[in-house]
Amino acid sequence: MAAEGQQHPIKIYLWIWLLLFVVSFFSYMVDYLQFHGALRWTLILIFMFVKAGFIVAIFMHMKWERLALKLAILGPPVAIMVLIWLMSYEGFHVEDTRIEYYGESTMEPQTPAHH
Amino acid sequence: MSEAVLSSGTELEAPGAKGVADDFSRDKQVFGVPWGKAMMWIFLLSDTFIFSCFLVGYMSVRIASTDPWPIPSEVFALSFGGEPIPLVLIAIMTFILITSSGTMAMAVNMGYRKDRNKTFWLMVATALLGASFVGMQAFEWTKLIMEGVRPWGNPFGAAQFGSSFFMITGFHGMHVSAGVIYLLVVAFRVKTGFYERRGGNYEIVEIAGLYWHFVDLVWVFIFAFFYLW
Repeated sequence: MAAEGQQHPIKIYLWIWLLLFVVSFFSYMVDYLQFHGALRWTLILIFMFVKAGFIVAIFMHMKWERLALKLAILGPPVAIMVLIWLMSYEGFHVEDTRIEYYGESTMEPQTPAHH
Repeated sequence: MSEAVLSSGTELEAPGAKGVADDFSRDKQVFGVPWGKAMMWIFLLSDTFIFSCFLVGYMSVRIASTDPWPIPSEVFALSFGGEPIPLVLIAIMTFILITSSGTMAMAVNMGYRKDRNKTFWLMVATALLGASFVGMQAFEWTKLIMEGVRPWGNPFGAAQFGSSFFMITGFHGMHVSAGVIYLLVVAFRVKTGFYERRGGNYEIVEIAGLYWHFVDLVWVFIFAFFYLW
């Protein structure tokens, strides 16, 4: 019955809740343990997509919706991938142009003082 | 949605591509969900694009900047008397938002069970967690502003850091604040029996929940790209 809507056992929500905590803890550890380079970025992306997937699929009930709704909502964001690709390409070009005309930056990274 | 049937009596339960074609080609509403829920999803889709534009803009200026980008791990570190702990406040905010997503999911469940009292209290708990999140964000902003971070520059590195930070977290904080108000309105209507007088339908709790989970979802991306990257 549509009037009854999305009813699922409480157990599944508690499991996903726990998993979100664990995965968030892992993604915080990526920073805390000071991973760098490709390993850092890969781990960040994996944990991010796992969390996003759990939230959309279970908490937002997308898993149980009909395919027509899934495609209508989850399809269009794929276009964002194209935007990301275009703008990163553009960004690197702007950076190269800046270095060519203004030279490398002489700014030293500063560490904030903590009080 | 098993009651979705054609006028001829044929059930619209075909899975896969056949089901999509059936849903889109019948001469009535496409999605077998209440219209409010379909509209909330479409609103969230448009909001996805807004946040994506902000994050992609941030990516562009961060790539294009020749000055070193401030190290988030250090900028957002907080010291409790001893050594500064990296990103500690952001981690607490993340856990608060996940907790609130959990209480919201439970509220939706209790709503469909027509347990008005539990739904009310779970929604109030969600709103309070959301409000505490906004409070911590205000603290974070205050700290950064006092350290000299401005939309046009900061002492730690690339000038674009400030504008990206205030724009992205500000817009997200605004969503959380709006969500707190939205949740409280729905919660009090649940409590006072407003929906009982309208046929006892608690879909609105699920629709409000969709918005709230989306706010949490956006934070997942901000946390990954702005604070961890």
